[in-house]
Amino acid sequence: MAIRERLSGNEAVATAMKQINPDTMAAYPITPATEIPQYFANFVSNGSVTTEFIPVESEHSAMSACIGASAAGARVMTATSSQGLALMFEMLYIASGLRLPIVLVNVNRSLSAPLNIHNDHSDSMGARDCGFIQLYCENNQEAYDNTVMAVKIAEKARLPVMVCYDGFITSHSIENIILMENEEVKNFVGEYNPEEFLLDDKRNISIGPLSLQGYYFEQRKEIADAMIDSKEIINEVSREFYKITGRKYELYEKYKLDDAEIGVIILNSTAGTAKEAIDVLRSKGIKAGMLKPRCFRPLPFEEIPEEIKHLKALAIMDKTDSINGYSGPLFSEITSAMYTSNINVPTVNYIYGLGGRDVKIDNIYEVFSDLEAIAKTGKVNKMTNYLGLRGE
Amino acid sequence: MIEIRWHGRGGQGAKTASLLFADAAFNTGRFIQGFPEYGPERMGAPMTAYNRVNDTEIRVHSNVYEPDFVVVVDDSLIGSVDVTKGLKEEGAILVNTKESLQKIKEKLKGYNGEIYVLDATKISLECLKANFPNTALLAAIIKITKIMDKETLLKDMEISFKHKFARKPEVIPPNMECLIRGFDELIGGK
Repeated sequence: MAIRERLSGNEAVATAMKQINPDTMAAYPITPATEIPQYFANFVSNGSVTTEFIPVESEHSAMSACIGASAAGARVMTATSSQGLALMFEMLYIASGLRLPIVLVNVNRSLSAPLNIHNDHSDSMGARDCGFIQLYCENNQEAYDNTVMAVKIAEKARLPVMVCYDGFITSHSIENIILMENEEVKNFVGEYNPEEFLLDDKRNISIGPLSLQGYYFEQRKEIADAMIDSKEIINEVSREFYKITGRKYELYEKYKLDDAEIGVIILNSTAGTAKEAIDVLRSKGIKAGMLKPRCFRPLPFEEIPEEIKHLKALAIMDKTDSINGYSGPLFSEITSAMYTSNINVPTVNYIYGLGGRDVKIDNIYEVFSDLEAIAKTGKVNKMTNYLGLRGE
Repeated sequence: MIEIRWHGRGGQGAKTASLLFADAAFNTGRFIQGFPEYGPERMGAPMTAYNRVNDTEIRVHSNVYEPDFVVVVDDSLIGSVDVTKGLKEEGAILVNTKESLQKIKEKLKGYNGEIYVLDATKISLECLKANFPNTALLAAIIKITKIMDKETLLKDMEISFKHKFARKPEVIPPNMECLIRGFDELIGGK
């Protein structure tokens, strides 16, 4: 039986972690992820989980402890944000390189400087090439669901998974949510029985030895292959989840896209605001639509261009800036995928919402209004735009 | 959809009030959102919190700019914060104050919707011997928004208080008293 509740994003994710009851959780608190280790520490002290909780002295140590525990054969989770993820950076590559199925919950927050605690996607996008699967979440329900699924995806793909949702907007907002029963989660994630682990006294293995010109290249290729293979694993786990919960997840979600003439590609909480805007525009006869990637890693590089090829104009929206003199990462990668699929739709980039700048429904109307103009002429006057910037 | 904006000062519990309101609306079977606007948080600094209540799923994830209702937890904010900004004329504003309704109407000149006052601080001091105006304000805003009737509210909140104050049941009756008085002592309207 599903449980009707109202929880903040962080409460929802901490609840998922409690239900998963991992062997080890190592974390260092940082706003806005702080509540996750805080709630989890409560679960540990009141005995509702049997997890070994390691309150480390930094995020670098948090990921290091996760790597050690995971290599030893444990099911491992952690949570962080922003500078915390940045401090883990060195260890993120080791987690994926050693093929350790660690689940990292990243509550998206801007990076310093200037100092800011609010939401954008600079942190997880900065770690986009570290070999983690990345799942993005629109709301509390998706944050909860993806955390439950992440465990299974990571263990099947033998890759670490990062679950990303918006700081404050999602992490600190109370919303309705449907929770699974404890038993349902327990049965869904099942027992973790790794094929190889350091504490296996029947097999002597070494993890993380030196690998130079002879084998490093092949080993890195295996990680790339694992990322490609993870697409089918994500779909498979999501189908299984759908059977239990009735909540459907794929590599991306389409909203009124199939018959749309103009569309946006957008991640996380702003996708919800965009859905409202699209409904209003549709009632006025404007054929607007949206594609919301759930996975940025792996990138659905074949599927997304196919889904948007009928559009007359497309906006790809980045809640981070690559500061490359060109565009944000979602734009660069998706337009590149469009090019190699021979799909030529007039496409513009919007950098938006940095450092928690509120994204109003009016901002979304502005984007669609620009797209209508582009659709009429087929011409893009300004490729990279800054939405909601003072003076723009 | 009903949208509410709360104005308070850091430490006064405007955030808690918005979460209590979300809880109450949730218990009526509706969809809810309750969230504060975190700024440079300091005790005493002006802060804002928001609610949305709807019969279907709420997908918008921005702040509230055109609220149906506004609650002012601290009347000293009037003047320094534009508390009626964007407030719908067919909506209402509730102010926690010891001033008269007339005085508050003068201070909010230019706003043509309904104006309500409640001395929630006094109620709290008398019932709880402490300044926690939230409980009385919660009852008043529930009366104004009509999201549930008095009886349901009291029944609902008693269950929630019994849970929240399991280890100090002696504080439940005075909190219930706050709710009743918040409901009954509300002044204003058309």
